[in-house]
Amino acid sequence: MTLRPRINRLFRFQWEPAQQAHVLLYPEGMVKLNQSAGEILKRCDGTRDLPAIVADLEASFNATGLTPDVEAFLAMAEEQNWIDWTEA
Amino acid sequence: MDTLLVPPEALQPAARRPGPLWLLAEVTYRCPLHCAFCYNPVDFAAAGPELSTDDWLSVIRQARAMGAAQFGISGGEPLLRDDIETLVAEARSLGFYTNLITSGVGLTETRLAALKEAGLDHIQLSFQDATREANDLITNTRTFDLKRKVAALTKAAGYPTVINCVLHRSNIDHLDRIIEMAAEIGAEYLELANTQYHGWAFLNREALMPSAAQLAEAEAVTERWRQKLGKKMRILFVTPDYQSKKPKKCMNGWGEVFLSVTPDGLALPCHTARMLPGLDFPDVREHALDWIWHDSPLFNRFRGTAWLPDTCQTCEDKDKDHGGCRCQAYMLTGDAGATDPVCPKSPDHALIETALATAERQDNSHPLIFRDPKASKRLERAF
Repeated sequence: MTLRPRINRLFRFQWEPAQQAHVLLYPEGMVKLNQSAGEILKRCDGTRDLPAIVADLEASFNATGLTPDVEAFLAMAEEQNWIDWTEA
Repeated sequence: MDTLLVPPEALQPAARRPGPLWLLAEVTYRCPLHCAFCYNPVDFAAAGPELSTDDWLSVIRQARAMGAAQFGISGGEPLLRDDIETLVAEARSLGFYTNLITSGVGLTETRLAALKEAGLDHIQLSFQDATREANDLITNTRTFDLKRKVAALTKAAGYPTVINCVLHRSNIDHLDRIIEMAAEIGAEYLELANTQYHGWAFLNREALMPSAAQLAEAEAVTERWRQKLGKKMRILFVTPDYQSKKPKKCMNGWGEVFLSVTPDGLALPCHTARMLPGLDFPDVREHALDWIWHDSPLFNRFRGTAWLPDTCQTCEDKDKDHGGCRCQAYMLTGDAGATDPVCPKSPDHALIETALATAERQDNSHPLIFRDPKASKRLERAF
């Protein structure tokens, strides 16, 4: 069983031109995301598990060892209800 | 050459403040419910004719172009208009997050499917009480069973169930049952909003305001349920202004993030601002939204903190609260530019103390005046 993160249905994730940032929209509110948060959440589409997300980020940004950062961010995002985990 | 004396930055256009983030469309004052705590103006029946679909579409497009990301549809009961599917579809396609704020009356399976198809993101459903008798009493209608049915429909359509319940003296003691009912329905989110005394609620203040003991008990009940339900259902408890002793930064600052448009086309910096005297409310059919937001006298009247009275100017919290709510200041003191009397530093704070003392007496001799067009015409007052 693999768990895959996806954006919680209470939120909508999108690029917001006026903010020049990715944002999470929810009723009567908006979370403006920094670039790394935006890049991680962009990949939380319910089709990738954590290793796949990390691999994709490391390839896109020519980086290594991102697992702890991504894990920490996703833990925070889950605590905030931004994401939940779906079973594959 | 003289031109060299002009510093280069003076040639740049001044950075403009950001546009609104949130557009609230109050599409109609008509409503099948007659809630005595409604914040709509008491004289709503005297408002002009409702905007057309094209007028609303133009407002939606202009607001989105200015950077607004939230689109709320409210009223009255917005479902009494047959074009909200069109408005939602346009707003959603432009990238707005779309939120329908409804009593649920009129939300049939067919309309729900159409709204879903249009891309509606979210539905906020109001409940008035946990029992049929109490719900039907305060709304002066028979709508309780219907609301439960609508909650089930929206859940089946895949929407999170988000319930709003306004608290007041007659339902606050049923709070345990209200929260239990929300949990039974499977709500993900419950907003318990203590009555804010605007419009009809101000008119009925003596009959609606709970005692301090009732409020304290309500907060304790809420906390017990929070412990029990955890993340399964989030509960937001909005403390009433009068009891909080802290003025709120109204709408997060006048003309800073929020723009509301009334059914008859007036642009306002907050839902209730049309009660304020001596202000010229710009009509969205006569002015561009950009001018209204940036340049109209109305949106600049209470913007920032420069206009604040002396009591606030010397206060360390002035940037936090901007002197509180303009409508509350006006309703209570007759001066829209006064410090919100909710603040203990306000020279008019005794007005709040008196209202609270009255609530302690639990005098039930004030009959509720229900929100309906007949009463609206008869009363001829804004609040």
